[in-house]
Amino acid sequence: MTPEQLLYTKSHEWAYVQDDPSGAKIATVGLSAFALELLTDLVYVDLPEVGRRVSAGEPLGEIESVKAVSDLYSPVDGEVVEVNTALADNLAGLADDPYDAGWFVKIRIADESLLAGLLDYAAYQKQCAEEEH
Amino acid sequence: MLNNATLHTPLYDWHVANGGRMVEFAGWVMPVQYTSIIEEHKITRVAGGIADISHMGRLRFEGPGAAVFLAELLTRRVADIADGQIRYSLVTNEQGGILDDVLVGRYHNDYGQPYYVVVVNACNRAKIVEWIGTHLPRERAERPGHEVIWTDVTRLWAMLAIQGPRSVELLQPLIDANLRTMKYYRGGQVRILHPAARRQGGIISRTGYTGEDGFELSVGAGIAPGVWEAMLEIGKPLGIVPTGIGARDTLRLEAGMPLYGHELSEQIDPFQAGLGFACHLVGYDFPGRDALLKIKEQTAKFVRVGLEMHGRRAARQDCHILTDSKKVGCITSGTFSPSLGRPIAMGYVRPEFAEVGTELQIDIRGRKEPARVVQLPFYSRPKKGNKK
Repeated sequence: MTPEQLLYTKSHEWAYVQDDPSGAKIATVGLSAFALELLTDLVYVDLPEVGRRVSAGEPLGEIESVKAVSDLYSPVDGEVVEVNTALADNLAGLADDPYDAGWFVKIRIADESLLAGLLDYAAYQKQCAEEEH
Repeated sequence: MLNNATLHTPLYDWHVANGGRMVEFAGWVMPVQYTSIIEEHKITRVAGGIADISHMGRLRFEGPGAAVFLAELLTRRVADIADGQIRYSLVTNEQGGILDDVLVGRYHNDYGQPYYVVVVNACNRAKIVEWIGTHLPRERAERPGHEVIWTDVTRLWAMLAIQGPRSVELLQPLIDANLRTMKYYRGGQVRILHPAARRQGGIISRTGYTGEDGFELSVGAGIAPGVWEAMLEIGKPLGIVPTGIGARDTLRLEAGMPLYGHELSEQIDPFQAGLGFACHLVGYDFPGRDALLKIKEQTAKFVRVGLEMHGRRAARQDCHILTDSKKVGCITSGTFSPSLGRPIAMGYVRPEFAEVGTELQIDIRGRKEPARVVQLPFYSRPKKGNKK
């Protein structure tokens, strides 16, 4: 995936939306390169169990760096269908590959209409530029 | 965001131009890291790191009354410190609460006249300056034969911390004193042997806040960028890098050293903090002495301990320490220890739970995580053998 193909939250999560074979919409969720660059020194990630119901804007896990711990927020409403369990042992490499190997969870979307509330790449870039200064 | 009221050290431009990630800290804009906290931390332990610590407050005292004035201000006996000697001390209020922890050093100028430098925490500088002002009224400062002259030199001098096993190798070419034979907690006024210093002097001490061998060097603000760059140039082949205040915090935590605003505050007394050694309760009378004499005889309500987490989530300041779901203490600092590869923390617990080996829980954002009381420090540098 390329950053241009993704949708973003204001809290720096990205979502990549595809149809699964049954026709359901699945959002693959991760954290943007911008956010990972700010965090650095990641030491721990806590992800939800498969089957957990999540709501857009609600915490679905946490990511911890040497300095601080941050919540991960769900970009969508739905149910967690897959968790990237390999991530916990590969946090050092996460910042190098945030959009492919660095995904966190896959969520079966319950309400597609909420996707309209997410930022596209251009809008997200603008937000990051504003946060830098 | 960084607001305009924050102070810049003489190295601010260098930090910004060299990838320093700038954050607000105690009123100053400081680099938290240049590359990664873990990397800068580990390099300090194996080779060395140099850090800009010009935010540390430095107060200079001179005059015939300076020694006794400081002895009546600080908890530690300082009237008898020898030239070139440095002591760790506290400033306490009348109730015995800790106003600051400081280093006081005695030096002399080129004419042999002694002066003292008290290094205070950046977050406490304004408070201590005010405290000294109220304890040094004009009639005291000008008492014939016992005059005290003091200056806040924080903005005039930069302060650089050179820490790590290769710090002597780095600094010796720049300093006209023999650093190899300089003892721990000793120092002196020196000349800096580099064209960038324009033959100016500085004050060096074998002190630090990392648990490593190392030095702290104060130089004039104007020459600081040149001296800093000279140190980096000499340090490069030694594997020494610039380090930010992020690594400074993880290094001091591993070394079990308290930090004001975390382990130390006006609500904490020196005995709880394990700093009874810094209180000389006989001799000079200082604010808080009578209170401390009483506190010393009582059983402490809380004591400072080190904690190691069994899991991977780090306890942070203000997390509650529990046993059987009952609160028995509070975390004051916590981080991931780069040297140990797991989370460590310091905090205060009731004395009956302070014994090394005691198993406790820490409430980390609503989840109880197991932890064990361990001996401080978490990390001690390897002892030097006899081999050359």
